[in-house]
This record gives sequence, C-alpha cells and structure tokens, in this order.
Amino acid sequence: MNKQPISTGSEWTFELIAKYDQEIGRIAAEFGLDTYPNQIEVITSEQMMDAYASIGMPLNYNHWSFGKQFVETHQNYKRGRMGLAYEIVINSNPCISYLMEENTITMQALVIAHACYGHNSFFKGNYLFKTWTDASAIIDYLLFAKSYISQCEERHGVSAVEELLDSCHALMNYGVNRYVRPQPLTTDEEKERQQAREEYIQRHINDLWNTIPKKEEEANPEAVLFPKDPEENILYFIEKNAPLLEPWQREIVRIVRKVAQYFYPQKQTQVMNEGWACFWHYTLLHQLHDEGLVTDGFMMEFLHSHTSVVYQPPFDSPYFNGLNPYTLGYNMMQDIKRICENPTPEDREWFPDIAGTDWKKTLDYAMRNYKDESFILQFLSPHLIRELRLFTIMDDAEKPNLAVTAIHNESGYRQVREDLAAQYNLGNREPNIQVYSVDVRGDRSLTLRHFMHNKQPLSDVSGEVLRHIHRLWGFDIHLESIHTDGTVSVRYHCPEQSPLEESGTLI
Amino acid sequence: MSYIIDRRLNSKNKSTVNRQRFLRRYKKHIKDAVEDAVNTRSIKEIDQGGNVTIPRRDISEPVFHHGEGGIKNKVFPGNKEFVVGDEFQRPQGGSGGGSGQGKASNQGEGEDEFTFQINQEEFLDFMFDGLELPYLVKKQLNNTTQYETRRAGFTNAGSPDKIHIVRSLKAAHARRIALSGKDRRKIRALKKEISELEPLLPNDEIKKTIHALHKEIESLNKKLKSVPFLDDFDIKYNNLIKVPVPSSKAVMFCIMDVSGSMTQSIKDMAKRFFILLYLFLKRNYKQIEVVFVRHHTHAKEVDEEEFFYSRETGGTIVSSALDLTSEIIEKRYSPSDWNIYVAQASDGDNWDGDSSKCSQVLSNSILNTVQYFAYVEITTGPHQNLWHEYEKLSSAWAECFAMQQIREPADIFPVFRSLFEKKVEGAT
Repeated sequence: MNKQPISTGSEWTFELIAKYDQEIGRIAAEFGLDTYPNQIEVITSEQMMDAYASIGMPLNYNHWSFGKQFVETHQNYKRGRMGLAYEIVINSNPCISYLMEENTITMQALVIAHACYGHNSFFKGNYLFKTWTDASAIIDYLLFAKSYISQCEERHGVSAVEELLDSCHALMNYGVNRYVRPQPLTTDEEKERQQAREEYIQRHINDLWNTIPKKEEEANPEAVLFPKDPEENILYFIEKNAPLLEPWQREIVRIVRKVAQYFYPQKQTQVMNEGWACFWHYTLLHQLHDEGLVTDGFMMEFLHSHTSVVYQPPFDSPYFNGLNPYTLGYNMMQDIKRICENPTPEDREWFPDIAGTDWKKTLDYAMRNYKDESFILQFLSPHLIRELRLFTIMDDAEKPNLAVTAIHNESGYRQVREDLAAQYNLGNREPNIQVYSVDVRGDRSLTLRHFMHNKQPLSDVSGEVLRHIHRLWGFDIHLESIHTDGTVSVRYHCPEQSPLEESGTLI
Repeated sequence: MSYIIDRRLNSKNKSTVNRQRFLRRYKKHIKDAVEDAVNTRSIKEIDQGGNVTIPRRDISEPVFHHGEGGIKNKVFPGNKEFVVGDEFQRPQGGSGGGSGQGKASNQGEGEDEFTFQINQEEFLDFMFDGLELPYLVKKQLNNTTQYETRRAGFTNAGSPDKIHIVRSLKAAHARRIALSGKDRRKIRALKKEISELEPLLPNDEIKKTIHALHKEIESLNKKLKSVPFLDDFDIKYNNLIKVPVPSSKAVMFCIMDVSGSMTQSIKDMAKRFFILLYLFLKRNYKQIEVVFVRHHTHAKEVDEEEFFYSRETGGTIVSSALDLTSEIIEKRYSPSDWNIYVAQASDGDNWDGDSSKCSQVLSNSILNTVQYFAYVEITTGPHQNLWHEYEKLSSAWAECFAMQQIREPADIFPVFRSLFEKKVEGAT
C-alpha cells in the first residue's frame, strides 16, 4: 500500500479530526466494533474542569460538593500538581466524547480511537451497561433532574434541598439495585396473572366467597416482619417507605438513586473498560500505521503516551499507587489475543476453551459478558501473573506481622487470581449493609444490618452516615454489625443511646 | 457517522453556582481566614484575594466504608524476592508499599488541609459581610438629580409602544354599548311588536304595519353598524412618570492623629483601621464622599494618598482637628442634606487642657450634626484624659457616639466590625 499520511504536523484542525475519525471508524468497523454514533466535542481546559466537577456529565444539578470538587481540581491544576485527562467520554446515545483543545493531532487521534470506538463499543456491548443504563435517556433525565431540583430550591429553599441531597449522597452507594433485574414477563406468566386478577374480581363480586371463614394464622398480626425480605437498596426503601418525606423529597431521593444506578456499571468494569479501550486504540492506530496513513513520528508520539498510560510501577516504587487498572486491563486483553493466536501448552491446559480460537470473537464475548471480578477470575493467565509478578499479602489485624500468602508460582496462580478478583468485587469493597426491619407497630425505628466480611468493622464515620439516614427516615435508626456466625459485634444508634438503655433493648 | 462540535465558545463557568454553594456552606471558615489575612497583611495588599484553608474533616462527605481491622488480602505487582510464608512488620503509614490503602486513607494519617483561593471581590464580600453605616437617613435634596420611572395609571395620549391593549378594548366595548344601547332597545321593542302582530295575519292593514316596522328595524341596524369597533379615543396608554428619589448622600470624616507620640506601629494600626473603613465605604456606598483630616498641633485636610502614606509629625492638639471638621461641615456639608459620619483615631495622648475643649467642640458643634461618631484609641497603656472626657460624652450621646480601644493589630478587624455592625431597627 502506498498512501499519503493523513497529517504530518502536530497541529489539529477540524478537517483533520474528521478525517482521522473517518479512517479509525472504518478500521473499527472492519474489526467488528459495534458503536453508538459519536458526538465529538472540542473543549477548553476550563470546560474540562467544569466537566470534572459535575461527575463527567455535560449537565448536572447544583450541589456544594460539586463546587468543592471544582475548587479542588482548579487549585491542583493551577499549581501544576495534576494534569487533566485527555478526554472524558459519556455513556449516552450518541456517545459524547470531550477532546481538549491543547492536545496535538496525535493525541486527538489516540483519544478518538480510545474513547469514540473503544469505550463507546464497551458501553454498547457490555451486559452490565445494557441491563442497568439507558444510554439514549440519560441526558434528558439529567436535564429533568436539574430543573426539578432547582424548582424545589425555589419552592422549599436552597438549604432544605441541600440537606436532603447531602443525606442522599451519603447513601449513594446503597442506592443501587445489584441483583434484581426487571425481566419481561413470559406469556405463561402473563396468563397466570390474568387468571389471578379474574379470580380476585370474581371473589369480590360473589358474596358467597366472603362467607368462608378466614384461617387463624392469617389473622394473627404478631408475625409481621417489615420488610418481608431484607432490602439492600437503602435509598429505594427510603423513597418508598419513609413515613415523613414529602412527595418532592421522595422524587429527589429517586433522582440520586437513578444517577447512582447509572454509574454503578462503571464502578464494576473499570479494568475491563479501560483495558478494552487501550487495547483498541493500540490495535486501531497500528492498523493505521500499517496502511501508511500515519507517519513514524506520529507512532513514536503515540507509543510514548501509550506506554506511560499502561505503566505499572512496582509496589516499592515511590510512584506506586495501587494496581493500575489500565495496565491490568490492557495486558489481559493482549494476553487473551496471544492465547488465541499462539497458545503455549500451559495456555492449552488453563484455557482449553479459548486457546487457538478467533481472537476477535473471544474478546468480543469477554467484553460482552463479564465484569471486572469475573473477567479476572476467568481470564487472568499464569503467563500474565508471572509477567506482572503479582503476589498476595495478607493483613490480619489479629497477627503482629503481614504475611505473603501467594506468589507467581505453580501453587500460587489460582490463589493470586482469586485474591485479585475478590479485590474487584464491589461486594467486598463496600460494607454489606441492608435494611433488616422496621418496628412498624412500635416506635417506627429502622434497623439496618451490616454483614461483616473477613471480620472487617465499619469505619468511624458510620455514626455520621447514620445521622443522614435518620434525617431521611425521621425516626430512630439502629445499625448492627453481624459476625458470620450471627452474633452481633457492634451496635450503632442514632440518636445515640446511653449504655443502660441499650442493654434494655436487646433483641 | 460522527458529529464534531466546537464547544470552546460555550460558557466556561458552569461550575460557578456550585462554587458559590460551596462558599456559602463554609462561610464561617472563610470569614476566619479573611480576618486572619486582614490582620497580618501589609496595607497595600489588604484588599487582594486570598487563600482559605479548611480542615479536611470538616468538608468530608461521610459514606459507609470499612475501617481498620479484620483480614485484608491485597495483591501487589512487582515481586522481587518474596516467597510464600515470608513475614514482615506493618509499615508505619505513608510509604506506598505494604498495606497502605493506596489512596486517601480514612484513618487520619497525613490528613492534609483543603486550601483554595477566593478572588478580591469575594474577599471583600466576606470582609464586609453584615456591616453598614448606622442610622443612614434618606434626605431629600433641593437640587435632586435622581429620578425613578414609575407607572402611574393610564392616559389617552402616548406612543404606540405603550398601548395597553386590554384597557383599550375595554374602553371600545363600553363605548359601543353606550352608543348603541338606545337603538338596540328600540329594535327589541319593534321585534316584540311584530311578533304580537303576526298572529293576526293575514290582514292587509297589519301586513303593512309589519312591513313598516321591518323597514324601521333595518334602518336602525344600519345605524348600529356605523358605530366603529375601535375609535381613536378608545386607545389607552400606559402612563409612566418620573419621580424624584430621595438620595442618601453621606460624607465620612477620617481624623487621624499623626503626632510624635504616635509611634510607627500605632500609626500603622490607625492606617489599617482607616484603610478598612475606606474600602468598606468605597465598596458598599456608591455616593459617599470621604474627607481626610490629619493633625498634630494643627489640622489639615489632605487627600487619600497623603493621608495614608505621608510622614509628617509634631505635637498634639486634638481640638484643632475637630475645629477643622466642624468648619468643613458648616461650609460644605449641610446636615439637612448630608448624612455625616466621623471616625477618629488617636493614641489618646493630648495637650493638657485641650481634652476638655475637645469635648466642648464635639458636643456643641459636631455631635448634634452627625449620624455617628466613632472614636478608636490605639494604646496599650492606661487611658489618658481624652478617653475620660469622651467617656462622659458617650453616656450623654449614647445613640450616635461609640468608642473602642485597639491594643494590638489583631484587634483592628474585630473593633472595626463591632463599630459598624448592622444595627437592628429600633434598638438605640
């Protein structure tokens, strides 16, 4: 092939961006990436900071915490303590990506490949995003939320709304549905329901039915436990059941809940999402180079930023700041491709299903059907564990020393892999707290239960969070930390109780 | 298909509202920081913006998370020599390795403070929040130049842009009713007559009468039609008139002692006080005049530059400044037109026998003309006779005379605030 490179300088123009986008889009389609249409927006660094402050969204309701975020970003940026991201991409339809005007044309091309085709296809294909987010509705919903909340501020005062939002934000992580998913009814179920309805109506028409005596247990009110099953979505429970909230307050709780739910998949797919995007910008831009559309200088600049993005400092380096999700994700994606193309005997033993298959199909399947935790558990290979030299350290508070429990050797691969996967399990990272019961017939107090994981207690700000729950619920709040054997470890109360009172309220 | 949009020209201050919310929430912290800055800065940069520092725990947003304790398994990269079973001590916070929580540990170690900047505008806002000139009275001026446009009903003449449509159509409607009422009544009567006659048909005589009646109705209808739907004099215009507004003109006299007894540090404090006062007036009162009076053994009216930055010195006769002030008031600022304020700063040192003269001048020719007189004594030593003389005055003129003492630079801002705090209506 003997084509002219698209550009030779480093300045970007809109025409060049359009041309790069067209070429990258063509190659992406050839590789089988399925994307939403792209909306590429060029913005300034100030606008980027604005976007940072409103959790990356093009618009959001007003709250002081976003102001705090903005002030902090602004301050750090001005002092040169941090650089801004090259791009922000939003899971919407069309998929909105922000490009910074300071970037060179190489960076713009990199960002287009990374965000507009990498992230974009991940948003469209991954099962978590498909299940929990509605890309075409999010912007409209935020618009609604913003205007609704500003109306509430006009009507009920800024302070009242601010307090409510503070409380909701404190519970944002507990405002998501994790497992239940609204499934469409099958025709059988539909029929069943219809029959039940008919029967119900029939019963009310036919007085004869009413003469049948009721069973004893049904009439017994003592056995009532409310809610019937523990509820993990605390904000949902409050929205539906808090006794004292006004309708507008419930709506605001709902808004915060919806926003939390929208971001929930992103929290669980950070490694995969970034890894996928890095893998594709690497692959797409190399293809561009192979076709002679970009210069060698372009590739040098690109590789320079690519390597710094996926660099993993070792644990004892002063730059170490945890495992870099970009590194892990990118290397896993490349590793899967390697296993498909050039499997070693070890790979054949560990991954008999994918060794030697078509890498595009395998990667696509992985991207669609996994989240970080399951992705690592399924695809982290011994080869990569060796390459990254991963090892596990156990920190048991009851023991005086830290201990190395697994390293990159034959006996350690599985252990390291499980530990790493567990590290990305949201259920382990966040304390498992659920609504356990409400004293419906008594003082209406709400009892939450914290099911302890690995004996880890709650942090000392929990009391403050309880005060927020108390504000929403309006009556006493109790929180119990439960050991795995069912015994209660700690009790928190809001308002706080004297020890004497506490001993009297043992359940 | 991709859309490429240039958003760079869109407004970039989307976060302004959020930022203001943030400032509003941490008003108290910011006020403290501002006060601090005012007390420590040099005079020239006193009104610049500044850094505000808030302890991080005060601005944190609490969420449930795991605390210290329990069992934590963590995977790290870059193993060099560890093998299974190795044990080593917990590193003591801070270092990147070991069990450090990576980022933002919640356990207080190395918890830094949250520092950010506010600009000059905001700085001054916070500096003078809740302050005002006391007892400011609106005085009507003879040669008033300020007018306010107000609505004052409707007129029959005006320019087309001021037409009041509803009023105009109402008037037209009323006119049509008034002009046509008589004819309508007549038509109704005629119609009734016809309907009474009709049962008597057929009868030639009656037929003729009915015909005549119809003719009459027709001519009346024609008359009705000629009443115009909208006439010139129906049209009403909004009437706007100009009303003279009473203006609140005010003048502030700044009287500063620059005598030899005033050491450099005391002068500095006095200047700080007046700088605050001057900034406050400039910012909050558009139409205020400031008169600077400086005195040692005799007083002189000076301009701003000289007042704050010149270094002249001599003995002390306080009454000279007060005499000059009352002279200027008499000449230029008639109390019926002006709100008059006086702020005086001194170290309390005065020529013997002059202090009683001061209180005389004050009570005879100044206090009865001013809205408010504030005296600030800057001294660390015992009070001298000027303070005692003034104390007597302060009981007699409680509502317009205030005095405070400044001992060290840190007192300046609090004293300034207490002198110019918003006073609740009615409280004297």
